[in-house]
Amino acid sequence: MRKNILGRLLTLFVLLFSFQMGAVEVQYSEEKGATDVKSEIKEYISHHLLDSYDFGLYSYTNDEGNHEYVGFPLPVIIWDDGLKVFSSSRLKHDEGVAEVGGNFYRSYHGKIYKTDAAGTLKMDADNHPEGRVHLDFSITKNVFTIFVVSLLILLVFNRMARSYKKGAIPTGIGRGLEPIVQYIRDDIAIPNIGVKKYKKYMPYLLTVFFFIWIINLLGLTPMGINVTNNIAVTLALALITFLITTFTANKNYWAHIFWMPGVPPLMRIVLAPIELLGTLIKPFSLMIRLYANITAGHIVLMSIIGLMFIFKNWLGSSLSFFLAFALSLLELLVAALQAYIFTMLSALYFGSAVEEHHEDH
Amino acid sequence: MEKLINEFSFGLFFWQLLMFVLLVILLRKFAWKPILNAIESREEGIKGALDAAEKAKLEMANLQASNEKLLQEARLEREAMMKEAREIKAKMIAEAKDEAKSEADKMITNAQAAIQSEKKAAVAELKNTVAELSVEIAEKVVKGELSDKTKQLQLVDSMLNDAKLN
Repeated sequence: MRKNILGRLLTLFVLLFSFQMGAVEVQYSEEKGATDVKSEIKEYISHHLLDSYDFGLYSYTNDEGNHEYVGFPLPVIIWDDGLKVFSSSRLKHDEGVAEVGGNFYRSYHGKIYKTDAAGTLKMDADNHPEGRVHLDFSITKNVFTIFVVSLLILLVFNRMARSYKKGAIPTGIGRGLEPIVQYIRDDIAIPNIGVKKYKKYMPYLLTVFFFIWIINLLGLTPMGINVTNNIAVTLALALITFLITTFTANKNYWAHIFWMPGVPPLMRIVLAPIELLGTLIKPFSLMIRLYANITAGHIVLMSIIGLMFIFKNWLGSSLSFFLAFALSLLELLVAALQAYIFTMLSALYFGSAVEEHHEDH
Repeated sequence: MEKLINEFSFGLFFWQLLMFVLLVILLRKFAWKPILNAIESREEGIKGALDAAEKAKLEMANLQASNEKLLQEARLEREAMMKEAREIKAKMIAEAKDEAKSEADKMITNAQAAIQSEKKAAVAELKNTVAELSVEIAEKVVKGELSDKTKQLQLVDSMLNDAKLN
C-alpha cells in the first residue's frame, strides 16, 4: 500500500514537472538560433522571478506569432492622487496603457509606472524608467497566492482543531500534520525557548513554519509561483520575528546588549554598539537566507531546464532532464529545510530574549 | 543590493505583513490553541495512565511480597506449634509413666503391708484357736483324768509328747 502511494506521488511529480517544462518549451520551440534561445531563456527566467499583475499560468506564441497568455487578471490598486482600482487585463501584459481618472499607467517588469497616453517610458541615468508608482497595493500574483495559502492553512488547521472534539486522535489530514506540530513544539520551541515560556511563541512559530513550507512547495509547482523569493515577503516575516524578539525581551536580554555582565567596563562600551547591531543582523540574515535560497533554487532549476533547448540533442537534453529532476527533488527538501531554519532561528532569538539570568557567566 | 532595493515592492510587503499577522491571530484562536491543548491533555492522559499502571504494578509487587511474608510466618508458626505439641506429648507420656510407676510402687507397698497385717492377724487367730483348742483339750483331759487317774497321767504324757512333737 505504501509503495503504491509513493509510486503515485512520484508519477504525479513527474507529470507536474513535465508540464513545467512544457510551459517553457511551447514558448521557445519557435525560436531559431542558439544565441537567441540563450538570451530568451535568460529573459524568461528573470521574468519568472518577478511578480506580475495577473495570475498567468503560462504563455505561448500562437501560429500568427502573437503571444497568448493563459491565466486570469487580478485587481490593480494604486494610490496616486487618490485611490485607483482597475483590472490588470487593461495593462495587457506590459503592452497596454490603462487610462484611469485622466492618468495613464503601464506596467514594466512587474512594476507600475505613470506615463503619457502613448505609454513611453523615460529612462534615467541608470537605465531605470521614471515615474514609478510607489504606493502600489495591487493584488498581484504573489499577493493573491498569499491570500490563497493563508486561507488554505486556516481551513486545514481549523479542520484539524475541530477533529479533536471527536476524540483524542485527529482524523484526516490532521493525523499527518500532528507529528509536525509536535516536532515544532518538542524539538524547536521547547529546547530553544524553555519549557516555561515557549507557549506564547507557539502560534507564531507554527504559522511561520507552515506558511513558508507550503508557499515554498507551491513555488515548485508549474504554476510559476514564487512568493518567498521576494525580498518584501521575507522582510515582512523577519520584521515580525524582530518585533516579537524586541517586545518580549526581558531585562536580562537588554543587559547583555547595553551593559554586558562579566567584562571590564571599557569592553562594555565597545560591545554595546556591536551587540545592538547584532539584534538587527539576526533578522536581516533570516530575510536574506530565505530569499537567497529560494531565488537560487529557482534560477538554477530553470537554467538547467533551459539547457534542454540549447542542447537540442537527445544526449544533452536527457542529461539535463535528469539533472533537473534530481534538482527538483533537492528543492523539495530545501522547501522544508528553509521553513525549518527560519522557524528554528526565530525560536533561538526568542529564547535569547527571554533567557533568565545565569550566575555562571 | 541596488537591484534588491529596486525590486522591493511595498505593496507586497504591506499585504504580506497584514495577512501574516491576521493569519497568526486567527490561527491562534481557531487552530493552534485547540490543537496544542488537545495534544497536551492527551499526553497528560497517557502519562497519567502510565503512572497509574506503574503504581498498580508496584502495589501488586508489594502485595505479593506481603503475601509471601505472611505465608512464611504461617509456616514458621506451624512448625513452632508442631514442635511444641511434640514436646508436650513427650512430656505427658513421661509424666504418665512416672505417675504410673509411683502408683504401682505405692500399691505394691500397700499390698505388702496388707499381707503383713493379714498374716499377723491370721497368726494371732491361730494362736487364739490353738489356745482355745488347748483349753478344750485340757477340759476333756481334765474330764478324763477325773475318771481315771492312770489314764489322766497317760493323757498328760501323750499330750505332752504331742505338744513336743508339735
